[in-house]
Amino acid sequence: MAQNPYIIEAHQLTKIYTMGDQQVHALRGVDLAIERGEFTAIMGPSGSGKSTLMNLIGALDQPSGGELLIEGHALSTMNGAQLADLRNRTLGFVFQQFNLLPRADALQNVKLPLRYARHDIGDADARSRECLKLVGLEGRMDHRPAQLSGGQQQRVAIARALANRPQIILADEPTGALDTKTSEDIMKLLVELNASGITIILVTHEPEVAAFASRQIHFRDGLIESDERSGS
Amino acid sequence: MKFTVAIASAIEALTANVLRSFLTMLGIIIGVASVMIMMAMGAGAKAQIEAQISALGASTLTLRPGATRRGGVSQGAGASTPFTEDDLVVLLDLPFVQAVDGQINGGVTAVSGQTNWSTQLIGTNPGYFEVQNLEATQGRVFTEREARTGAAVAVIGLSVVKELFDGIDPLGQRFRVNSVPVTVIGVLQERGQSSFGQDRDDVVILPISTARNRIIGAHPTTSKHVSRIEVMVADGYDMATAQSDLEEYMRERRRIKPGASDNFRIFNIADFVRARSATQQTMGILLAFMAGVALFVGGVGVMNIMLVSVTERTREIGLRMALGARGTDIMAQFLTEAVVLCGTGGLIGVALGFGGAWVAAKTGDWTMSLSVQITLMSFGAAAAVGVFFGYFPARRAAQLNPIDALRYD
Repeated sequence: MAQNPYIIEAHQLTKIYTMGDQQVHALRGVDLAIERGEFTAIMGPSGSGKSTLMNLIGALDQPSGGELLIEGHALSTMNGAQLADLRNRTLGFVFQQFNLLPRADALQNVKLPLRYARHDIGDADARSRECLKLVGLEGRMDHRPAQLSGGQQQRVAIARALANRPQIILADEPTGALDTKTSEDIMKLLVELNASGITIILVTHEPEVAAFASRQIHFRDGLIESDERSGS
Repeated sequence: MKFTVAIASAIEALTANVLRSFLTMLGIIIGVASVMIMMAMGAGAKAQIEAQISALGASTLTLRPGATRRGGVSQGAGASTPFTEDDLVVLLDLPFVQAVDGQINGGVTAVSGQTNWSTQLIGTNPGYFEVQNLEATQGRVFTEREARTGAAVAVIGLSVVKELFDGIDPLGQRFRVNSVPVTVIGVLQERGQSSFGQDRDDVVILPISTARNRIIGAHPTTSKHVSRIEVMVADGYDMATAQSDLEEYMRERRRIKPGASDNFRIFNIADFVRARSATQQTMGILLAFMAGVALFVGGVGVMNIMLVSVTERTREIGLRMALGARGTDIMAQFLTEAVVLCGTGGLIGVALGFGGAWVAAKTGDWTMSLSVQITLMSFGAAAAVGVFFGYFPARRAAQLNPIDALRYD
């Protein structure tokens, strides 16, 4: 596997949604390969298929056709429990609406994925504190989401995504609910994480946000329209 | 996920909406408390009946010469051949017979000095004391030899002692039964009232030959007759089998042709009491069933609220799945919640059941019998309701598609 430079590979990936008697082709045969350590931004108008691709890579949804490999393993060969373990161990999610548990404090929120870990995680508490420290929230561990600003909430969510030391972080419009200044801070944090070796895939429709990534892929009508690497 | 963590997060989820959790629990509380009270009531009634039966002799069969019915006309108990002391001898040889007694009875006047007392006379053989499980608390009972030779000795009950020999030692005292003088050799242990309200201590017991030859008088056609026989079945023999074996044996002995009806009857006193208590038990079963229905309805309430909870928390379920929860983790989470809900309700219900049983025993005319078993069963029923009614909502949660759950609003 060390010889395979691609951490994510998609071959002729299609996704068809059925809405009533109408079929919507969200992905029309996408070929894509993402290298280990890349910071990729996926852009495009709504309905272009970018979020659909994100959900398929996140093993939250099943493709209608084609094959998707993560770290060389075909997702179509995995059962529900194996997919759950993949999400737990290899992937970390960051959502637009943060998706924190409202009644749990920051530390408990970060610890949540560790509860479902089947591998040895050592001291869950220490690890969660370390993640919160990494995102600069060591002083807010016992704060509940409602007591935190939007940017701080997204930091907690990023800390949660980091708790199981994932290979890949999937960030779906992470700055969509944040102001410009805060968005910039969050993006800088993601760049730092990428520098530490984590592969990051970012879905956004804001070019200023996408500019933080080293590779920009544009989607239109379920197909890749352009794929360019910036020299950064 | 560790078990304690699962319980802790279940409690956390349930305390998020205390009123709702409590109202849901209320169904379980009432159900468990009523199941417990009804079971205690049933067990109490059963214990009471068993006590009555054991007082009467659980292993005793009674034989009487019985009405043969021909064409619907009863010929009456006297119409068939009476039993005799010879029957006692052969019955004692049957393998399943532990002891046998034969009795003749009559009302007599006991006279001591100036005191007259109307009482009940039983003439019998010493087997009577074994069959009835009776001992003399003072003196002794009579022997086989005294019974055979017609000795003028008497064993008397406490009520007779009180009437005839109040304040003096009755042993060795002489008194007359009708006009026949006898000597007191023993005083029977206290027996109290029979279940039919008769004072069983108001009795004079004489050797059967003494009673027959000198007081009651011989049967017109049969010598050595006894009016009823009691058989004590030996330990380890089934009562029903013993009863049918005894019937078979007596038919043969009394030369009853195959197909003809018996000219004697066999009673099992325990059956008698059980029949009398059958109504009570039916009532008890009905009440327990209704309590069970209450618990069932409580369970439906739990299922309902768990379904609501799954729907409300669909996004949370989606998030947990995205963070790596397996279907079994989600299932365990909701099942734990249902079981914690029902288990807590069960605990409160058990406490309420104890209180209710206590109050019912104090204020009402109920015998309550609470055991560890009943408590555990009631609590177990609550936990089982949790698993049973929690399963469907939990499975529904576990089967959600992650992306659909995450996008649900």
